Amino acid sequence: MTESTYRIQGETGEWEVVIGLEVHAQVTSNAKLFSGAATTFGAEPNSQVSLIDAAMPGMLPMPNRECIRQAVRTGMAIGAVINKWSRFDRKNYFYADLPQGYQISQLFHPLVGEGQIEISLDDKDPEAAVKTIGIERIHVEQDAGKLMHDQHPSRSYVDLNRAGVALMEIVSKPDIRSPQEAGAYLSKLRAILRYVGSCDGNMDQGSMRADVNVSVRKPGAEFGTRTETKNVNSVRFVMQTVEVEARRQVEVLESGGRIVQETRLFDPDRGETRSMRSKEDAHDYRYFPDPDLLPLELDDAFLEECRASLPELPDAKRRRYEQALGLSAYNAATLTADADTARWFEALLAESVRVQKKGENEVARAAANWLLSDLYGALNRLGKDLDASPVSPEQGAELLALAADGTLSGPLAKQVFEIMLETGEPAGRIVEERGLKQTSDTGAIEAVIAEVLAKNPGQLEQYRGGKEALFGFFVGQTMKAMGGKANPAVVNELLKKALAG
Amino acid sequence: MSVDTATVKKVASLARIAISDADAERLAPELNNILGWIEQLGEVDTSSVEPMTAVIPNTLRLREDVVTEGNQREAVLRNAPQGEHGFFTVPKVVE
Amino acid sequence: MSDITDLGVASLRDGIRTGKFSAREVADAFIVKVSKGKALNAFIVETPEHALAAAKAADDAIARGEPLKPLSGVPLGMKDLFATKGVQTTAASHILEGFEPVYESTVSQKLWDAGAGMLGKLNMDQFAMGSSNETSYFGNVISPWRRGGGDNAPLAPGGSSGGSSAAISARLVPGATGTDTGGSIRQPAAFTGIAGIKPTYGRCSRYGVVAFASSLDQAGPMARDVRDCAILLENMAGFDPKDSTSLNLPVPRWEEALSGDLTGKRIGIPAEYLIDGIPTEIAKLWEAGIAWVKDAGAEVVEVSLPHTKYALPAYYIIAPAEASSNLARYDGVRYGLRELAEGQNLQEMYAATRAAGFGDEVKRRILIGTYVLSAGFYDAYFTQASKVRSLIARDFENVFSMCDLLLTPTAPSSAFALGEKSDDPLAMYLNDVFTVPSSLAGLPAMSVPAGLDAGGLPLGLQVIGRPLDEQGVLNAGLAIEQRAGFAARPEQWW
Ligand SMILES: [Mg+2]
Ligand SMILES: [Zn+2]
Repeated sequence: MTESTYRIQGETGEWEVVIGLEVHAQVTSNAKLFSGAATTFGAEPNSQVSLIDAAMPGMLPMPNRECIRQAVRTGMAIGAVINKWSRFDRKNYFYADLPQGYQISQLFHPLVGEGQIEISLDDKDPEAAVKTIGIERIHVEQDAGKLMHDQHPSRSYVDLNRAGVALMEIVSKPDIRSPQEAGAYLSKLRAILRYVGSCDGNMDQGSMRADVNVSVRKPGAEFGTRTETKNVNSVRFVMQTVEVEARRQVEVLESGGRIVQETRLFDPDRGETRSMRSKEDAHDYRYFPDPDLLPLELDDAFLEECRASLPELPDAKRRRYEQALGLSAYNAATLTADADTARWFEALLAESVRVQKKGENEVARAAANWLLSDLYGALNRLGKDLDASPVSPEQGAELLALAADGTLSGPLAKQVFEIMLETGEPAGRIVEERGLKQTSDTGAIEAVIAEVLAKNPGQLEQYRGGKEALFGFFVGQTMKAMGGKANPAVVNELLKKALAG
Repeated sequence: MSVDTATVKKVASLARIAISDADAERLAPELNNILGWIEQLGEVDTSSVEPMTAVIPNTLRLREDVVTEGNQREAVLRNAPQGEHGFFTVPKVVE
Repeated sequence: MSDITDLGVASLRDGIRTGKFSAREVADAFIVKVSKGKALNAFIVETPEHALAAAKAADDAIARGEPLKPLSGVPLGMKDLFATKGVQTTAASHILEGFEPVYESTVSQKLWDAGAGMLGKLNMDQFAMGSSNETSYFGNVISPWRRGGGDNAPLAPGGSSGGSSAAISARLVPGATGTDTGGSIRQPAAFTGIAGIKPTYGRCSRYGVVAFASSLDQAGPMARDVRDCAILLENMAGFDPKDSTSLNLPVPRWEEALSGDLTGKRIGIPAEYLIDGIPTEIAKLWEAGIAWVKDAGAEVVEVSLPHTKYALPAYYIIAPAEASSNLARYDGVRYGLRELAEGQNLQEMYAATRAAGFGDEVKRRILIGTYVLSAGFYDAYFTQASKVRSLIARDFENVFSMCDLLLTPTAPSSAFALGEKSDDPLAMYLNDVFTVPSSLAGLPAMSVPAGLDAGGLPLGLQVIGRPLDEQGVLNAGLAIEQRAGFAARPEQWW
């Protein structure tokens, strides 16, 4: 395990930063946690509100099985203890985005107990610098509604569409020690959630947001007082929050001040955190078990179903890509960092295996290289994501097959791929209609070679006089004359023979 | 445990009920009386007892993940003391 | 034929069915009684059109020769705690004044589905908090009963279902819904000489019932006799997927299985219910009850419920704690009252709204509940009370290995005068001493009218049963009813 060496240099020496993240992740579900209202993003205000969400008198919560299932699967994905007996508590406070006057959450008996996530601090070699971050718990709770402050000079507007949407609160242990680790942890957590399918990870739509707990201490000393910076909504901002908040705390402490335990906000425009006006009773939430809901008891069949439905997770997949498919550590890590990329790659791989009738390990490297250099390069140029790729995995596999069986040379394959991007046509048809097939027809190649030699008597003389470096020149001339379609191996062989005279 | 007027005010503020000084004065002895009586519960040895979780043996049922309600903004807003443009409205909150 | 309004639920149902009278005649008769009963202040809203519509449906069905529903044409009163679609529902509070739900409670819907009609929304203690009906924003309900000897002091009809009890005993309605959190069906029934049953927690759906204390609230019927209670309960109870605490069990045919024969039953008499200062007439009535159940064939055994005296203090932690949270939704944002002075911010609006919208007793309980849940006190109060609650439930479990049912008085006094206890909350709370323990344990329990005190006021006896044994409770209630021969009714002064 890697020890972090991140330190803040203060006037009194080095400071270590201690970080814990509480990540709120919206559970992927059709309906809300306790009601039958929809969860889709961006609907008309208050159009996705049930009478339960609006806390009408006499309305009662009924928990959504899918939300529980997804939280359990998430727990399993991080190797956590699943509590077969859990229950919901009420967290009481008054705010306009909280219709019930309490949030249904889990304090005393969360659904998921301790687990862990491995983060990697070296992009090039994921196994080189690995650190385990402990997860304290995952509990399930309701999201709040949304307030809008800019619609009216003296009023705030309340939209309850989000009110009651299911969240998982994933609480890390204070094991994180640097901005880089915080970023790596959040990215890895996001990857796992997306693999599991329990959260779409759309941070810009608020599907994932982090409360960042930061404290500083002299290396090896006791934990310092922490602050909690709320609702930070991107990996980059989380890293910035850690950095600026830790720096602020060091400055406060070194100038003789004290850190107040408080909630803060990150202002990305000014690159600083600032205190939220603190309320003297803001922290007396009067938690108690929700009497509208019985304890949640899960049976073995339910847990078994959750376990059986778990996909291969990023670390396992990465190792398999390296070991079974023979991919480089870097390629394996890049392909598995995101569920969508891995899914795309596996579709490409499966189709390649099918059309080439070869084993996965025989086609994987070429597939990985093509995906990561050719396709990614093209997508980059086009400004598109993989899910909007103009070339499908099936079309990619067809192209790879044509390259593998010698129909296309490397340069020809690139040429065909460009045409595929432009026209959307399949590789086979492009090759057929445009005659881009590589030729190994020795007669035709020999004829061209003879022509080339005849046209370049000077070079021929020099070559035969011992200047063998000119071989490349003859290859180039031959290929050019063949319009790039000649099989390079055949060209090499025949040229050698012809040059030898 | 004795409840003074400051405590009454603090609890009332936590419960978001505005009370006057006179109310607090009146309520303090009243609440003390009730809480004093309640505190006899302390006599009971509960060291080996679990708090009650379900009144009648019963387990929590789960609903299916199906959208059954929505598109009823009219109904949701009908009883609102103030609302406009499909929103509930409240005095402007400064965050 | 005597006045239609002298008839109870079963007689009305059967009379409509056999053509003795039309449902319309029934509705008209009760509508007139309701309109002439305003001095009792039992109704917050009258809904004659609702009762007439149900009557028309019943009469039309008869005319077409279609089968009738279980309660076709029977008009009822609805406690104002039940949400009724398009009809003001306030829980007798100012904060919900004018609130018209866009939804119907499951219990009321079941009654309408069974063919019943609604005469109106019945007054009650505000948010069901009270034992005298003096906490309603819409004024006290006056009991139709008066003490003998020319004492005209207005009496409490009990609470919180005091509008229900007063309306039934005054014959304004043949039956009504009630809700019982710590005795709010049984104590008012006892005070007014009628019957009422709180079924096992989870029998009746809480969906659409304005919540007071969720782990205790349970709906039940109130009516003139045991049979009527059985009929109404059958049409109120049943599994509801919209309430996670609802019991997924079929509804027994309680009426059909009614029997006052208690042969083979063992009835326990809990020693701890003979409390200090209990009026001798109540102790005597209890003795009489013991004789009646023996006469009906039961064996009587002495039993002990050692934690009985801790039930009330535990209740006065748990119920206010739950209430303080349940009532947080009344904040002036989505419905109901809003108080907002110029320049006030959101939190000030909440405080002003809730100060103006809640009555004194409601505020008192919210403050107690907030206090016992607040930082540093939770374990000492709430956790301890929840543990004591377990002990109280265990007490009941233990005695139910020795007997089938328990027999106790319903309340430690007959109806008191309005104002008599309203300045002393604790004295008021103590009136629920016999009803609260079975509420904490979620058990079925009923009060049946059994006699009169020296002042001529009704007294009730309570039967408590095992979980789900409403039948046993009803049968013992019937045995007592048959032997008590309770026929007294308030003399009409209103
Ligand atoms: Mg947090
Ligand atoms: Zn949370």
